[in-house]
Amino acid sequence: MGLPILNKILSRAADGEPVTTGQIVVVDAHTVVLYDSNFFPVYWRDPLKIADPSRIALIFDHRVPAPDRSCALAQIAGRAFAARFGIERFHDVGYDQGIAHTVVADKAYALPGTVLVCSDSHTGGGGALNCAARGVGGPDIIYAAIKGKTWFSVCETIRYDIVGSLPFGVTGKDVFLHIAQTYGDHSNYNVEFGGSGLKNLSIDARRTIATMGTELNAEFSIFEPDQLLIDYIHERNPGATFEPQYADADASYAERRTLDLGEIEPLVALPDAMIKNSVPVGNIVGQRIDQAYIGSCANGNLEDLAMAARVVAGRRVAPGVRFLVTPGSQAVYRQALKAGYVETLMEAGAVVTPATCGACGGGHMGVLGENEICITASTRNFKGRMGDPSAQIYMGSPATVAASAIAGVITHPGKYLGRNAI
Amino acid sequence: MISGRTWKFGDDINTDLMMPGPALYLPEEQRVRYVFQANRPGWVDLVKGGDFIIGGKNYGVGSSRPAALSLRNLNIGCLIAESINGLFFRNCVNFGLLALECPGVHAAFEEGQTAEVSPDDFTVRNVQTGVTLRAKPVPRQLVDLMVGGGIFPLLEAECLIDPLPPKVKSSKAAGIQSASA
Repeated sequence: MGLPILNKILSRAADGEPVTTGQIVVVDAHTVVLYDSNFFPVYWRDPLKIADPSRIALIFDHRVPAPDRSCALAQIAGRAFAARFGIERFHDVGYDQGIAHTVVADKAYALPGTVLVCSDSHTGGGGALNCAARGVGGPDIIYAAIKGKTWFSVCETIRYDIVGSLPFGVTGKDVFLHIAQTYGDHSNYNVEFGGSGLKNLSIDARRTIATMGTELNAEFSIFEPDQLLIDYIHERNPGATFEPQYADADASYAERRTLDLGEIEPLVALPDAMIKNSVPVGNIVGQRIDQAYIGSCANGNLEDLAMAARVVAGRRVAPGVRFLVTPGSQAVYRQALKAGYVETLMEAGAVVTPATCGACGGGHMGVLGENEICITASTRNFKGRMGDPSAQIYMGSPATVAASAIAGVITHPGKYLGRNAI
Repeated sequence: MISGRTWKFGDDINTDLMMPGPALYLPEEQRVRYVFQANRPGWVDLVKGGDFIIGGKNYGVGSSRPAALSLRNLNIGCLIAESINGLFFRNCVNFGLLALECPGVHAAFEEGQTAEVSPDDFTVRNVQTGVTLRAKPVPRQLVDLMVGGGIFPLLEAECLIDPLPPKVKSSKAAGIQSASA
């Protein structure tokens, strides 16, 4: 039997050794991504050597610009590390900063067919770029930076064959909620996406889906490469050499499922969980909200901002609602500015923040207070995730969140997207 | 063979419950105060060193934050769950918390009963009822890391990391304290 994509990438990274399910495999860490949180004194231990500084990227994202002195101190430690080892791919606060997983795509550091590790759980977004990217622990990152190696357990793969295309107003976030609702968790499996409908999914939408693979509890999420991806990589990382990896035609999967994009409708996850906890947005219309948030590595993409702008254009955020929008990177922010999305959002009353993980993790710039209700297009709606444990966090697509911000209650995005929408 | 009093938790115990965002960068002695604050307030005052945690399915789902470190710093002797999230399991290896997947364990224990665990043959025994289960075997190198304090002692032994955590004096200047991770 042939191999799924993930096994082929891991095998290549293990010097061509065959890899089998259940095995622990030691592989080359082609790219090691660090971020500001790695450098908090409670977590950090200074490496005395680095295997290859050109394989490291250091991207400040979780708490930027520094909201307090302890965060400022972690950033000082990060800057010292970059200087000491001559890290060239250093994204400090400024022109090239952003959420690590967004920058990894912006700059195409996540190359097809390679292995990338970062100690943030949403690293799997790099799977959209046909890169075996996954979140590991902080000590794993220090180990990988020093040794140039890391380890994974080899799992079976569930394959999604994509057909059709998304109705207008339905997004990658809805695809994730649909999978989580239909099939539940994917614990101890890799998830692979491909098929005839792949061409109808933008790279941004693929990144949302791959990022949310973490919330399916999948080990790795990986997309088949196609010309759209190859062009995307060449445009962003000219001169990079890579070998995209395709599944074998007779690849062996734990299960194969057809994913018809045309059948997906806007969904909203109810507070505290995303697995089998969603309803069609129509079932929850009218739920009052205090805050609406669009951002994070999952939904701070240009396409997400474009969708939000389209929904709110010429309208005004409902009184009593705070609408916060956080672009995934300063580069995405600039593109949104040039395209007019930022102006449209701000004219509607949205607060557009600099790129950071920020409110998604309850860090800063939008932390929820006691008993507040939020609808979010970000990565998680766990209890206490965005602030006070009594806050309720609903999760929807950027279109649904923007529509809810305008209405002041959870609202179907079709209400503002016109006749062609869902 | 190790044994400990058990505390039971359900399915999908996520990392935000063990280490909520607002606590992430607090000094260690403050950070452990937040463990299970949202789902079981007051638990950190009841748990004692050497106690075990029994979990349901998908234990540790969520973030890469070092929630396993907080459990280790509460001196939890062992975590036994129906299944453990891959990333959380990795952090158990990284930070030195013995963690085993053992189908059937949730039903086999009432909270407060004593569990006896062998990291050599992976047996899990309920001392009160005598029920004995077999946890899923874990490769020896990973067990050694889990019982040997995790990755940092390994790197220290090879002189690959600074033997000391980051400078305490600069941390104090910012009002935070360093702790060995």
